[in-house]
Amino acid sequence: MLNYLWGAMIFVGILVAAFTGKMAEVTNGAVDSAKEAVTVSITMLGVMSMWTGIMKIGEEAGVTDSVKKLLKPFLKWLFPDVPENHRAMDYIAANVTANFLGLGWAATPAGLMAMKELQDLNRHRETASRAMCMFMIFNMSSLQLVSINIIAYRMQYGSADPSEIIGPGILTTLASTVAAIAFAKIMEAVK
Amino acid sequence: MKLITALSNLILPLVIVYILSCGYSKKINVYEVFIEGAKEGFKVVADILPTLIGLMMAVGILRAGGTLELVSRALSPIVSRIGFPSEAVPISLMRLVSSSASTGILLDIFKNYGPDSFIGRFVSVMMSCTETVFYTMSIYFMSVKITKTRYTLAGALVANAAGMAASLALCRYLWG
Repeated sequence: MLNYLWGAMIFVGILVAAFTGKMAEVTNGAVDSAKEAVTVSITMLGVMSMWTGIMKIGEEAGVTDSVKKLLKPFLKWLFPDVPENHRAMDYIAANVTANFLGLGWAATPAGLMAMKELQDLNRHRETASRAMCMFMIFNMSSLQLVSINIIAYRMQYGSADPSEIIGPGILTTLASTVAAIAFAKIMEAVK
Repeated sequence: MKLITALSNLILPLVIVYILSCGYSKKINVYEVFIEGAKEGFKVVADILPTLIGLMMAVGILRAGGTLELVSRALSPIVSRIGFPSEAVPISLMRLVSSSASTGILLDIFKNYGPDSFIGRFVSVMMSCTETVFYTMSIYFMSVKITKTRYTLAGALVANAAGMAASLALCRYLWG
């Protein structure tokens, strides 16, 4: 799917630009974005290496085990195909915890490692496993306690009560997460 | 508010101190283990960089050529019929593709309508329960070279639609 999506994005983007007369902007946009990817990666390189380094200590000291134990019943229900003591579970637990606490940048490295471990368990190299689908859908339902950056932006633009959105935010993120789990579980049952 | 900000700022140092303490109490050579773990992270980032370049390039073309704008404008009359604020169409679509671009639109809305306007409150809540679906999926799946993603996209869109519908209903109830 991504194979076609990626090409379609580029073809459609350039076609539209030809009609709107924005070819020069497209050239700049493509080159600038490619450049931006490297800038993002340099930041990611530091943050991710720091995170995996710390997590490695946690792993060897048994810290991730205790976090996992707390999430275990829930994760076991979400991922019946993943062996209980597999490293994938550690990274999934780390990703879910980081996302929930609003440490988005820390969640991504753990999430990518989780995918790598899930791929090791996957029998088909190019097709997503059930566990991968559940992990991705759950991840993208953005279960989180507080969006601290949104509150900061609201403050910046002079909101009388920047934090008034915390309560509604928790309720709506619960709604999206429940919908996500329900959908993935139904699809698992159907196929 | 202060408590939550303080808590958010405290979480990471606390996690690091806790993990280090556990490491020392188990008599682990924490520095050596850290370096070993950091090397793993280094490799992962090096693996995703080409993916990131390819994707950001495609999104850059869509944005610069005006495709995203065009789609937003074309859908405005349709979504207003189901009670969805048309001012929120560009950010809702951009939200699925790019985090930085949608943040840009968010700030633009705060500037033009104010964060305490209905539209300002709605986008604030909506941003906290939705995710950059296409970006996230691409990065995660391409990092392990999965091309057949099955029902993942449908599930992510269902989750995000549920979040948006809940945001709209709740904001109407609270501030409508």
